[in-house]
Amino acid sequence: MAMTRDEMGVDKATALGLYDVMVRIRSFEEKCAEMYGKAKIGGFLHLYIGEEAVAAGVIPLLEAQDTIVSHYREHGHAIARGLDSKRMMAELFGRATGTSKGKGGSMHIFDASKGFLGGYAIVGGMMPVATGLGLASNYLGTKSVCLCIFGDGAVNQGEFHESFNLASLWKLPVVFLLENNGFGMGTRVERVHAGKEMSHLGDAFQIPSEQVDGMDVLAVREVAARAIEHARSGKGPFFLEAVCYRFRGHSMADAMSYRDKAEEEVWRRRDPLPNFRRLLAERRAATEQELAAVEERAEREMADAAAFADASPNPPREAMYEHIYKE
Amino acid sequence: MAEMTYRGALRATLREALQQDERVFLMGEDIGAYGGAYGVTQGLMAEFGEKRVKDSPIAESVLVGCGVGAAMAGLRPVVEIMSINFSLLAFDQIVNVAAKLQYMSAGQINVPLVIRTVTGGGNMLAATHSQSLEGWFAHVPGLKVAAPATPADARGMLAAAIRDPNPVIIVEHSLLYPIKGEVPDGPHVTPLGKAKVVRAGKDVTIVSYLRMTLTALAAAEELAKEGIDAEVVDLRTLRPLDRETFVASARKTHRAVVVEEGWGTYGIGAEVASSIASAAFDELDAPVARVSGEDVPMPYNKELERAAIPDAARIVAAVKSLL
Ligand SMILES: Cc1ncc(C[n+]2csc(CCOP(=O)(O)OP(=O)(O)O)c2C)c(N)n1
Repeated sequence: MAMTRDEMGVDKATALGLYDVMVRIRSFEEKCAEMYGKAKIGGFLHLYIGEEAVAAGVIPLLEAQDTIVSHYREHGHAIARGLDSKRMMAELFGRATGTSKGKGGSMHIFDASKGFLGGYAIVGGMMPVATGLGLASNYLGTKSVCLCIFGDGAVNQGEFHESFNLASLWKLPVVFLLENNGFGMGTRVERVHAGKEMSHLGDAFQIPSEQVDGMDVLAVREVAARAIEHARSGKGPFFLEAVCYRFRGHSMADAMSYRDKAEEEVWRRRDPLPNFRRLLAERRAATEQELAAVEERAEREMADAAAFADASPNPPREAMYEHIYKE
Repeated sequence: MAEMTYRGALRATLREALQQDERVFLMGEDIGAYGGAYGVTQGLMAEFGEKRVKDSPIAESVLVGCGVGAAMAGLRPVVEIMSINFSLLAFDQIVNVAAKLQYMSAGQINVPLVIRTVTGGGNMLAATHSQSLEGWFAHVPGLKVAAPATPADARGMLAAAIRDPNPVIIVEHSLLYPIKGEVPDGPHVTPLGKAKVVRAGKDVTIVSYLRMTLTALAAAEELAKEGIDAEVVDLRTLRPLDRETFVASARKTHRAVVVEEGWGTYGIGAEVASSIASAAFDELDAPVARVSGEDVPMPYNKELERAAIPDAARIVAAVKSLL
């Protein structure tokens, strides 16, 4: 039986589109890991592998005028928003053709033309900025929503609380998306956070909040639609906690000695990619050929991205002095 | 020309900006209903409403960050941080966010944000409320830092800051607010990044900024009584620093004293002195002298506080040591 819209909440084309986003993210990240191994990428490299269902569940629901501010684990968000994988990879390579002409790197991806207003590498630093983007939306009446993405580490920062308070007080159209992957670097959430459920923290500020299984792209999508609609309708912010897991270390420098192997095994069985693939096949939402085509296309795209990056020039020495001030 | 207080000049510029540009709005702690801790924004909320003049929570990080986000989206926020001492809670947003977005996005984003704040001592507010921290901000590429010493400059430089497409921090001194001065009629803009010779002289150059410019002028009057003709240069903008103007003055007078209210160690005066020494070494008749705040946390006691902040007598003594 082919899947109907009612059974899964999305039509066939949309479902395949979600799979496509997740596959492209993973494919990009795996290519990054490979290129890091070849010393083509420097600095810190934080991979999003395992968390793809969160980006794919939320970001395609945004409209063109909406904005995103994210953290340093932002490649997946950028891919989901439709940034060019070639220019992103070139940025990671530090090349002149990169999204920031090689001056930002992996943690600082920007594409203002797509409302992708940055990866922020200081934990919590994007949250105050999101309130300002929300304020501007209300001030100018553009109805744009700001999606503010952060990790569980940011929840313990003062900026989290300051931003929640202001966003609720001034009814700012911000969707706060917490990607709770259970760890801040190598430290488990329970070791550094006194509360029980982070999603309850919205209550103190009268921000409607929901927790969702971040390994289930359809579940994320369903809640995200409500969150975005809430923010866009003028009712103020929404707090969405996606519970997920990162399969790789914090960054490429992480040996993952702190990981519980049994726990990791449980989460690996919940890997959003093979699971969603199986679901699509079972429900006959996509043929094996269609699924394989998505995967092959993604692999080719990311191979091309790496080739483009590798063939791109380094920025000239003078580029160092550009863009410090606007004339 | 009209006589105006420094406070009134700032308010006149804010009012004019609110009238002329819909994108301009003010945001800060106690700036609306209360009228501002130092009264600069008195009456503006009543006149322009709460959309344009916003009382914020006491949360400096989100206050500045909200301004950054709004500026990124095309608005022209003017954020007031009640005191530069409280800006420490917003350091991340100022230094890591506002100052970096233009660079790290390779020019895709710019942040036309103005931060007004109050620096300096002299009010018996002790060590946490009397610091001169503007040098910390002036250290950072990507920020502009302006420090107007007169009502006319306060009026014109704030207007320039609001038009500037970059983050600009305006430092004001609480003891300057009631000071009166001649201000040109109507709107005027004083370009940022230009120092000014505020007193011409031939024997020695005194370089200073903000309230210390007035102290330097008082010292110059003292010196004049003894036949010493001092030139006084007001830096006006700390970043970008107009080295040309004070180096040219030092070349002319062959002697220089640099005066600042804040701590001397790693201070603004060190930057000025080294600029003079390296650009005009051969033309100097004496080493560059410095007068700065005592290297101590500010004491509360009135006499101790007075002793910790440079005064005209110390500047006079420094000048004489060079002659
Ligand atoms: C203010 C600040 N403190 C410390 C760091 C170093 N640091 C980078 S990422 C990180 C962990 C953050 O974890 P989390 O927010 O859960 O995000 P995740 O990496 O798990 O996606 C730390 C401590 C930083 N970048 N910024």
